[in-house]
Amino acid sequence: MMSVIVLTLIIFIGSYFAGLLGSLTGLGGGFVIIPLLTLLLKVDIHYAIGASLVSVIATSSGSAAAYVREGITNIRLGMFLEIATTAGAMVGALIAVYIPTNFIAILFGVILITSAVMSLRKKAELINQEKNILAEKLKLNSSFPTANGPVAYSVKNVGSGFFMMLFAGVISGLLGIGSGALKVLAMDTVMRIPFKVSTTTSNFMIGVTAAASAVVYLQRGYIDPGLSMPVAIGVLLGALSGSKILVHTNSSGWLRWIFAIVVTFLATQMIYNGFAGKI
Amino acid sequence: MSRFKDTDMQAVIGWILRLGVLLSMSIIFIGGIIYLYRHGHIPADYHTFKGVPDFVHNAPGIFNGVITFRGRAIIQAGIILLIATPILRVVFSAIGFILERDYLYTGITILVLLIITASMLSGHAG
Repeated sequence: MMSVIVLTLIIFIGSYFAGLLGSLTGLGGGFVIIPLLTLLLKVDIHYAIGASLVSVIATSSGSAAAYVREGITNIRLGMFLEIATTAGAMVGALIAVYIPTNFIAILFGVILITSAVMSLRKKAELINQEKNILAEKLKLNSSFPTANGPVAYSVKNVGSGFFMMLFAGVISGLLGIGSGALKVLAMDTVMRIPFKVSTTTSNFMIGVTAAASAVVYLQRGYIDPGLSMPVAIGVLLGALSGSKILVHTNSSGWLRWIFAIVVTFLATQMIYNGFAGKI
Repeated sequence: MSRFKDTDMQAVIGWILRLGVLLSMSIIFIGGIIYLYRHGHIPADYHTFKGVPDFVHNAPGIFNGVITFRGRAIIQAGIILLIATPILRVVFSAIGFILERDYLYTGITILVLLIITASMLSGHAG
């Protein structure tokens, strides 16, 4: 059996790269952390979910701090949709206890593949300016700064977007991930929000969503300090390096493909081990 | 004094998030050093789920652990502060919306806080 210091170092290095890749691709660190801990290091999936959730809060809060100041994040839209994501996260964390761990592993694999496919799709920037009564009542329409001055946009399909956020919250609470890809999907394709706004607003919501399920996991003993420490520090440092690289390079296209391959491999492993009952 | 605006709220929220992450991660790091120094060479066992030890599970245990410099209790205190950071962000948003006299969003923000409180209480019951 490994000693605490060796395990901590391995987890720290793995988490650093998870954070780096998660930030470069926008998928988040949890996607690599949970397979790393459960498949490679044979850590019980409950501890892995707890540690991942802690790292999700650290990275999303850290980067949200920067985005909020730039004025891209739509705070009102985020607050409104947080009703759905926090309620979903609470439900996800509460039902997690009653769901067999191998089912959680299979679900994790399926969501992972779906998110990877979605992160690869082409993003056409469309600015919606159609009026929507509910969006106006809720003051969700806003503008964001660009090089050519502020661009105004309107929000569509508020109800269906809200419903999808409920689902994203359940997944986040159940699997201990940020489920940022699902949040962005809901805001992009359903609510027709500009991509820059949807990614930063999703990131803004992830911290609160994760906190809503973390308060449950904390009391259930899922969050182990010895394990969460290298995960949280590693993922945060990796994400910081990732954001530095992103500022300097624009050619992250090939990187997305590498990540998609890695992710597909991890996802099939999770699904296989889930069906084999090894997790 | 001019009225509180959205840009003021952005500045306050950004500041809270940054400070919360910085402070909690520093505490986690210090606790981690103490933990590794004291327990680095014992075998690590996370194969089966057993929950966490009592001194990092409840508030009195963590408090006692922190004042007696137990590494894992200090880490857990840092983790709790980290979890509290986005929740504090919501609390300050509520105050911001009150100052902006935006009562619809004051209500929405309070509803989010109520959901998180319900989650906290239901976790305790389970």
